[in-house]
Amino acid sequence: MPNRIDQKFADLRAAGKAALIAYIAAGDPHLDATRELAWAFEEAGVDILELGVPFSDPLADGVVNQLAATRALASGTTAQGVLDCVRAIRAQSQLPIVLYTYMNPIYRFGFAEFHRAAEAAGVDGLLILDLPPDEDAQNAELMQQTGLKRIRLIAPTTPPARIAQLTAGASGFVYYVSREGVTGEQAEIATSLGERVAEIRATTALPIAVGFGISTPEHVRQVTQHADAVVVGSAIVKQIAEFGHDPALVEKLAAFVRPLAAAAKA
Amino acid sequence: MLDLASLPDAHGHFGPYGGMFVPETLMTALNDLTAEYLAAREDPAFQKQLAWLLHEYAGRPTPLYFAERLTQQLGGAKIYLKREDLLHTGAHKINNALGQILLAQRMGKKRIIAETGAGQHGVATATVCARAGLECVIYMGAVDMERQALNVARMKFLGAKVVAVTAGQATLKEAINEAMRDWVTNVRTTHYILGSALGSHPYPMMVRDFHRVIGDEARRQILERENRLPDLLVACVGGGSNAIGLFWPFLQDDGVKMVGVEAGGRGIRDGDHAARFQGGKLGVLQGTKTYLLADDDGQIQLTHSVSAGLDYAAIGPEHAYLRDQGRIGYDFATDAEALDAFQRLSRTEGIIPALESAHAIAHVIKVAPQMRAGEILVANLSGRGDKDVAQAAEILLPRGTHE
Repeated sequence: MPNRIDQKFADLRAAGKAALIAYIAAGDPHLDATRELAWAFEEAGVDILELGVPFSDPLADGVVNQLAATRALASGTTAQGVLDCVRAIRAQSQLPIVLYTYMNPIYRFGFAEFHRAAEAAGVDGLLILDLPPDEDAQNAELMQQTGLKRIRLIAPTTPPARIAQLTAGASGFVYYVSREGVTGEQAEIATSLGERVAEIRATTALPIAVGFGISTPEHVRQVTQHADAVVVGSAIVKQIAEFGHDPALVEKLAAFVRPLAAAAKA
Repeated sequence: MLDLASLPDAHGHFGPYGGMFVPETLMTALNDLTAEYLAAREDPAFQKQLAWLLHEYAGRPTPLYFAERLTQQLGGAKIYLKREDLLHTGAHKINNALGQILLAQRMGKKRIIAETGAGQHGVATATVCARAGLECVIYMGAVDMERQALNVARMKFLGAKVVAVTAGQATLKEAINEAMRDWVTNVRTTHYILGSALGSHPYPMMVRDFHRVIGDEARRQILERENRLPDLLVACVGGGSNAIGLFWPFLQDDGVKMVGVEAGGRGIRDGDHAARFQGGKLGVLQGTKTYLLADDDGQIQLTHSVSAGLDYAAIGPEHAYLRDQGRIGYDFATDAEALDAFQRLSRTEGIIPALESAHAIAHVIKVAPQMRAGEILVANLSGRGDKDVAQAAEILLPRGTHE
């Protein structure tokens, strides 16, 4: 069976549409909600789910995602718990799932072991924030042989030669960070986005996703003029922060992501 | 014998430790910084300017002081103190701050950020920024701001903006997280003066190099005084910058033993200490792979030390490597032992040490009596205790006597 991420992009490409990737912190406010949200998001038109594995020191994240990680840890969320949650989601969903994480929790778990366990649980890709490809080859224990896609970040500051190096080692899709800074919402999309995406596209056939700071359907429309996928994170996480203990959490969040998903398909 | 040229390798690894475990948003800045630093290191003009500043502005060389009364009292090895506490701003941190500000100017950066725990690195950074006329923002844990209020005021007088960090346990680790977030956001205009031999490459190498002047001087001074090398070197280890600075020039002298002293806090129980080699595990934190205090799920544990400068969950990667090689031994001193040493050095030698440095002195008090009378011990007195006087008075002086 082809990887769910590849299959999803192949289907969308054939239909001439872009993907909406929704990020939430797994375990915020608890893992039962995460599972319900995953199912509701799939129905609402989300194409790929990015699940944050909480870490105590998320130094690439802005305050919205930091607080979400704190809530997730407070609800007892562990790396193993996130994998169990993915397995539960898989009981009735084939939504592609990418885990977004920092090194230490999976290093502690056992790097190769975590990859095997994640694949077995039904995870499709991993984005490890503080693991640049430079370190992969330098650390024997970071070798792994699963079919998981390795999502790579490219930053506005990444020079052209390094872009080619990053995309050469990437799989699934490439994630362009659309602004200099940590995760979080912003008012406007950088005007240079089109040029940067074209520059990346010249080095790879992989789909290109754009994220960091995208929060409205209007942003999504702007970004999908250039990119194959758009990631919305903090804006969704902020809704969960607000409605985490509302009995209508899942409905409210589905209603929030639906117009974003529709904008990606426009 | 250790191959010092390979410490670190071209990618910043000290054996299996170190490296560049950072988000892609910082990789380019770190690669540029590495290239610029390596060029500066070979540039005689840069080295000349730095040497001039260390001499004229910071007050180097610092004395290697024979602590005669302490030696007599303890009745063992001859004890020498490397007086980094006499430097401008009051601690060894100025060595690195001066080196990095020159580098920042060389790179045309307009804005400087730094983290600080005890405030000594923050003060050193604020100082060099004032002298260079550069904007300066210091991130400091809210808990540390309270226990190091004097240094907060100093930074403000020096023109720095001090930002309180309230996340987590609100100490050094959180301050580093916040400084890194600032750097990710302002990386084109800003240089981050990291204050210890920690974090991503090139910091552990660069910070060590800027502090090796401590060991270079001590080596020359002890040879002049005693006509031989010391038997034992002792230094406290938070991230490990003062220790690696003293130890590095002696690493190939096989007869010289070395001990790094970590913070034992209230005792070696989860959350009560900051001794990474007492139950710490291999992991990745804030850019580097090293020993750190984390729980079974990889979440970073709370730490505790009476000294803000040692209150940190990870140890510099070169220390982890040199421990594996059997070259440096590590021990710890508890809060109580450090406070005893703080008082003892004050009364015996008329030197009030920083609580960080008091951990090294606590170890000296333990081991010097077990050494032979002719043996020589050099301890790094990395900072002075002015900043700790209010906190120590609160703990040590009977209520009412200090108000």
